Amino acid sequence: MAAVAPSLGTSAPVSRSPTWLRIKEAMRRHPTAIIGAVVLVLLILMAVLAPYLGTVDPQAISPVRRLRKPSEAYWFGTDMLGRDVYSRVLFGARVSLAVGLSVAVLATTIGLAIGLITGFVRWLDAVVMRVMDGLMSIPGVLLAIALMALTKASLENVIIAITVTEVPRVVRLIRGLVLALREQAYVDAAIASGTRTPRILVRHILPNTIAPLLVQGTYICASAMLTEAILSFLGAGTPLNIPSWGNIMAEGRSLFQLANYLIFFPGIFLSLAVLSVNLLGDGMRDALDPRLARNM
Amino acid sequence: MLGYTIRRLLATIPVIGMVALFVFSLLYLTPGDPAAVIAGDIATVEDIERIRQNLGLDQPFLTRFWVWAAAVLQGDLGISIFTNLPVTQLIGQRVGPTLSLALCTLLVAVLVAVPMGVIAAWKAGRILDRLVMLFSVAGFSMPVFVLAYVLIYLFAIDLDWLPVQGYTPLRDGFWPWLSHLILPSIALGTIYIALIARITRAAMLEVLAQDYVRTAHAKGLAPSAVLMGHALKNAAVPIVTIIGIGVALLISGVVVTESVFAIPGIGRLTVDAILRRDYPIIQGVILLFSTVYVLVNLAVDLSYRFFDPRIQY
Repeated sequence: MAAVAPSLGTSAPVSRSPTWLRIKEAMRRHPTAIIGAVVLVLLILMAVLAPYLGTVDPQAISPVRRLRKPSEAYWFGTDMLGRDVYSRVLFGARVSLAVGLSVAVLATTIGLAIGLITGFVRWLDAVVMRVMDGLMSIPGVLLAIALMALTKASLENVIIAITVTEVPRVVRLIRGLVLALREQAYVDAAIASGTRTPRILVRHILPNTIAPLLVQGTYICASAMLTEAILSFLGAGTPLNIPSWGNIMAEGRSLFQLANYLIFFPGIFLSLAVLSVNLLGDGMRDALDPRLARNM
Repeated sequence: MLGYTIRRLLATIPVIGMVALFVFSLLYLTPGDPAAVIAGDIATVEDIERIRQNLGLDQPFLTRFWVWAAAVLQGDLGISIFTNLPVTQLIGQRVGPTLSLALCTLLVAVLVAVPMGVIAAWKAGRILDRLVMLFSVAGFSMPVFVLAYVLIYLFAIDLDWLPVQGYTPLRDGFWPWLSHLILPSIALGTIYIALIARITRAAMLEVLAQDYVRTAHAKGLAPSAVLMGHALKNAAVPIVTIIGIGVALLISGVVVTESVFAIPGIGRLTVDAILRRDYPIIQGVILLFSTVYVLVNLAVDLSYRFFDPRIQY
């Protein structure tokens, strides 16, 4: 039954070959993961090199040239303020990828810390898990909306708000792993030989959480990019002076019948970015959790 | 069974209480002066003071929490800052469209996703299976509003088969009601279908490998009888579990979908509240949706016994 749970199983992963070898092997068996990785690298390059890819200032307003259809001069057209959509979409990749990456790193780090501690300190466990249960019963986007409604719109606050919604899932994953790992004989042996708890955590528990964390982090990255776009689209996200895919689409929605490219170009890039990260995640999960991989 | 139901029902109280405490204390936990943030940049000192009093920020935290929690228990979710109307009333007016959309989507999603997953598992490794898996990954990666606009462009603008947006209540006729819900349900349901189909496939693969399935095949039962009668029934528990968990996606998606299709439901109310930073409404909606989510998942837990009589409570 555990094999069909949506999250990763809680049994201790058996590791025989080094992680990167197993990743390489799985990549060979899952060409889609390679496609995902390649697309992701291209998108990252695009974001980093945005200023050198034939773009102009994404914020430069030019009322004379507003709402031009995609053409040779304006590859993706211009918006209602005459800003070049191609430049805005390319610079928008920076926001999406930065949010995805920051949330993935923050959420897994914080979740790991809380999960490790609650897995080992029993009296804390009950309290923390009740809080996490409460947080997890609030649908993610709504929780982020509530946080954004009470703070000033800024990229940092968007990242914090999305991180808060993702942390409980990581805590639950890590806590499950810790509870399973501490039943292992080698942990008993370590305790019996007088090893202190912090050292057991770092030496014996932590290494076994890396693989599932990597997979979970990938999925969090994908989900965070989607949430950022939704928040911006609803007007509760990235401030308007930063071009993000969600913002471009939010500004294009009232003009949809007139200029659907304002939605479709950023929409295609966003879907592509999320898809590539998800494909990569699926490949890594198959590589790192062979037991689950057979069926998913 | 009854004892278990009551115990589980009681167990939801601390969870919902935690949600309440959390959405309430957000007002105090967020940095800066929430009254000033909510009032916006062009607010006067009086405006900020009025909001501070409306939210009770001039009183100590615990006093205010007890007053608020007692009111919530009596069905009073506070007063909207912008419209000065009770939040309960505002939400009540908009339950119809949201319920229509959510139920329509749920129905479509389950009816499409479960057969998809079953067929994929049956044809595991073949082209049909690959297609289902591809759809599942793609469905999970496409933001609901992008999909919504693609559907509007194809079916409402280009082909002109369905209305672009809006909502008609059921009492004005079945087809007008349904025609306004078709595109929103597909847009909202796709990610949900992707999730359910994937889990159905995984659960079915597990079951199809069992001895009793081979026996059923061996005694000459038709493949459809084996799939539906033997396999699907035994794969039901993880499937209903994911349907319950997926309701969170549905709720998050409702907010976006209603906004794109101009459906005057609770999601639209939420979006309007975001733009005006009308926190009492946001608070009320979160409390309502989270309660629904917790109760749906309780119902799912209780349904296990129906699908698998071996489960003892």
